[in-house]
Amino acid sequence: MKSLHKNIIQLHEKDNVVVVVVTLQPGDTININGNGITISSSLGIGHKLALRDISKGEHILKYGIAIGRASEDIEAGMHVHTHNMKSDYIPTYTLN
Amino acid sequence: MDDLKNIQLSGYLRSDGRKGIRNIVVIAYLVECVHFVADEIASYFKRQPVHVIGFSGCYPNAHADKVMNALCTHPNVGAVLLLSLGCESFNKKRIIETIIDTNRPVTLITAQQAGGTKAVIKEGKQWVNEVLRQLEKQTKVPMSLNELVVGTICGGSDATSGITANPAVGRAFDKLVKAGFAVMFEETGEMIGLENHMAKRAVTKELGTVLYNAVVKAAKYYSIMGHGSFAPGNADGGLTTIEEKSMGAYSKGGHSPITGLLKPGDIPRHGGLYLLDVVPDGEPMFGFPNINDSAEISELMACGCHIILFTTGRGSIVGSAVSPVIKICANPETYGRMKDDMDINAGKILLNEATLEDIANEIIEKIVVVANGAATCSEELGHREFVLSYKRFEPAGPACLS
Repeated sequence: MKSLHKNIIQLHEKDNVVVVVVTLQPGDTININGNGITISSSLGIGHKLALRDISKGEHILKYGIAIGRASEDIEAGMHVHTHNMKSDYIPTYTLN
Repeated sequence: MDDLKNIQLSGYLRSDGRKGIRNIVVIAYLVECVHFVADEIASYFKRQPVHVIGFSGCYPNAHADKVMNALCTHPNVGAVLLLSLGCESFNKKRIIETIIDTNRPVTLITAQQAGGTKAVIKEGKQWVNEVLRQLEKQTKVPMSLNELVVGTICGGSDATSGITANPAVGRAFDKLVKAGFAVMFEETGEMIGLENHMAKRAVTKELGTVLYNAVVKAAKYYSIMGHGSFAPGNADGGLTTIEEKSMGAYSKGGHSPITGLLKPGDIPRHGGLYLLDVVPDGEPMFGFPNINDSAEISELMACGCHIILFTTGRGSIVGSAVSPVIKICANPETYGRMKDDMDINAGKILLNEATLEDIANEIIEKIVVVANGAATCSEELGHREFVLSYKRFEPAGPACLS
């Protein structure tokens, strides 16, 4: 597990997402792969950001294993969650 | 840290050789109709060890029967007041005989015979008063720490659960197993995606197949339900899919080989890591396997757990009747808001204030003091939740226990 920055953690070297470890506010910048990413909406602890570009249909890797697939193309630094990723098993229900 | 094998405590000896770390009077209602009177009797004993458990249903159910029998003879339970309405299906003859066989003080009050609400409350209060005096005189015997059976559950999980608290519990479990404890984890619905990995850890090939099939069963069951074991709060907390939640949840079990598979009410015969299968067998008959976290705790306790390690990210506040719940908070922000409800702050790991190893050791230290009588936060706050629903199980087969 390594801290890439004090705000994010990469859990496994194979991962293509990182986990946010402090609440990020719009305007905060973090460094992903040498690029400064500016956060556009607040992101709570535990949410995922793409570590690199991920294509639609590609597996999302966390803890070194597949935790679902991208449902659309994702750019490095983007928030990865129910809007652009889905389970290979069971749909996720959220509060709407 | 002391060699865990050598740590001695004292406990209440029961007739089957198991020892309790609490000496509780359980008021057990055998149908919803006598739930109110059970609560009323207990209300006179709020700061004393008098806990209400029960089964609401009027229709019979083998699972509920097995769990209630197991809980009324749980090592932490010293005496039982059984409450019946009079016309319910619950087999009260069998449960009272089971309890009598363990030499525990027990009595049965049937509302329809006793004369209704006021009579039951009067008689019940009197009996509980007398039995509490009896239990207070009960002396403890020496007990090895590794006679404790420890279970774990996660609830109100968010993505921090799988990074801090759950792996810390896993590490603590690894140490406990090495010291000879029986420990258990559950919720096969949160191992979806990991069935192969888990099967490889089984101590026998046959058990590996059983573990694999248990996860496949869970995936099918939840698929029919239309809902995974996944609440909206999990997604708000950053978890996106059941596989992602599984990886985090699975880490609670640690890395030990898996010694057996239990169904609710099965008691492990020796130390090791066990998987408790909570998903019913056969076609779904009664709905969701576990309607809430407390239903899972009931089943862990029915398998003999003295103590429950409960990890949470979003902030669970529940405790439990019968067995103390140690609440381990994964998320530092949650801990900051809810520290009165949290026994351990695993969120410190994210702030670089502690390592997984530090938190694992804190958990074990907490197990020792709680076993010695210190109240957990939820015990102190008076939480005594209990939930038991209808389920259907086939008995665990011969490959399940080594």
